[in-house]
Amino acid sequence: MLEAMLHKQLRDFPLDLKIQAHPNEILVLMGENGAGKSTVLNILSGLLTPDAGSIRLNGRDLYKSAAGICVPVESRRIGYVLQNSAVFPHLSVSENVAYGMKARHMHKDQIAEQVDHWMGLTNIRNLADVKAGKLSGGQKQRVAIARALAIGPDLLLLDEPFTALDTESRQSVQDAVCTCVSDLQIPCLVVTHRVADAREMGDRVYLLSRGVNRWEGLPSDIPTAGIQLPS
Amino acid sequence: MTVSFLGPDRYRRTLTTIGAAVLVASVTLYLALPVVALFFRTTPGLFISSLCDPAVTAALWLSLFTSVISLGIVILVGTPFAYVHCRNAYPGKMVVDTLIDLPLVLPPAVAGMALLVLYGRVGLVGKYLDMFGITLAFTTVAVIMAQIFVASPFYLRQAKSLFEQLDPSYEQTARTLGASPFRIFTTITIPLTASGLVSGAVMTFGRALGEFGATIMFAGNLPGVTQTMPLAVYVGLQGNFNVGLTVSILLVIISFTIMIAVRFLATREVRHA
Repeated sequence: MLEAMLHKQLRDFPLDLKIQAHPNEILVLMGENGAGKSTVLNILSGLLTPDAGSIRLNGRDLYKSAAGICVPVESRRIGYVLQNSAVFPHLSVSENVAYGMKARHMHKDQIAEQVDHWMGLTNIRNLADVKAGKLSGGQKQRVAIARALAIGPDLLLLDEPFTALDTESRQSVQDAVCTCVSDLQIPCLVVTHRVADAREMGDRVYLLSRGVNRWEGLPSDIPTAGIQLPS
Repeated sequence: MTVSFLGPDRYRRTLTTIGAAVLVASVTLYLALPVVALFFRTTPGLFISSLCDPAVTAALWLSLFTSVISLGIVILVGTPFAYVHCRNAYPGKMVVDTLIDLPLVLPPAVAGMALLVLYGRVGLVGKYLDMFGITLAFTTVAVIMAQIFVASPFYLRQAKSLFEQLDPSYEQTARTLGASPFRIFTTITIPLTASGLVSGAVMTFGRALGEFGATIMFAGNLPGVTQTMPLAVYVGLQGNFNVGLTVSILLVIISFTIMIAVRFLATREVRHA
């Protein structure tokens, strides 16, 4: 379970947010451009440090300003798929998926088994030996998701994972995410600006505006006509 | 009455084409003619017999040896230095940036003088080294030091620019996957910038091979010890002209090969996702 209280002064406004996400729950963060959605993911992953607050994941403090705790990025066990997927273009698909496990010095046989498992779940087994730089947008997203999940994360963060995808690829990547989150029983935070994405895969939605959570509810209750925030 | 056989537009186009052709031909000839002249001044027989001259072989091997050592040091020290420099903000970074570029605009003779003043037997550092029986000036080590000083900016600038341009999301993702900074550097950063780094290394090697001013000031001109190929050309001009000519042709061939290698490497940059 993820519990976080974040405070960070951004350029134009302060980010003040309380987040709670349960295992096997997909929490969708929505909001206008520059609302602070990606910043939230960067803070949770450890790429950015908040000014104050706390981040607690499965009972373990990852950040606690009062106690001076700040677990480094490498040790957080958080799978993070960045907006551009950032698959390593010089490595093959299977090498991409294995990267995190090799970095954690897992046994060779275990890595091979896990790589096969996650490539199967994300439907990229047939691309195992293809250099990642040669893949389409949808294939890259699936590789990035498999790579993030293969480290056995306690939390999955996805930043605009469906932006560059066509309808068919989007559906297939969404299915892969839902299957994997359910398989690992971990919370998942998805940043998107598409209401349809939130409705199709989200369990709960936060609507952010200028660093603050303005609305929280079920995907079916999202205010229609774009994102008109209730006063 | 003047009769024009060409319409005004065609006439203008023809004039433009002729003007462009003359311009391209002038620049090309200006750059190529001196180089071509070297080849016309000798014969294959004379060239091959001069190649066997001990002065030529000694200069050739010394140049290759010192340039390879210089390049190795520049790569081993320069690559991590450029990375640390790019990824961190620290006081005086602008000054360091300027110092990296300084040898590019500094006359090589001044560089040689500066090295001599610092490391010579009565130099600021050299006098202390001398107490321990260590002499740097006028040795092969001095040749290498001069080459590093003059040629390293070619590699450092290239490495700096490559690391700055690399999309940060690759390294950030690798961090979230649990990779250490060293693993990220060796498995992500270096492979993604490799072809650019190699092309910087080739340019550095070429510059080190052609180094003259700093070498003659700081290392002198001792055959077999500090007399590199450019210095052999200079000596040849005063004595055995054929030796100077042969070494010059060798340098032209090596330089040309280097430029072709750089162009080839530049066309096969790794495509980023």
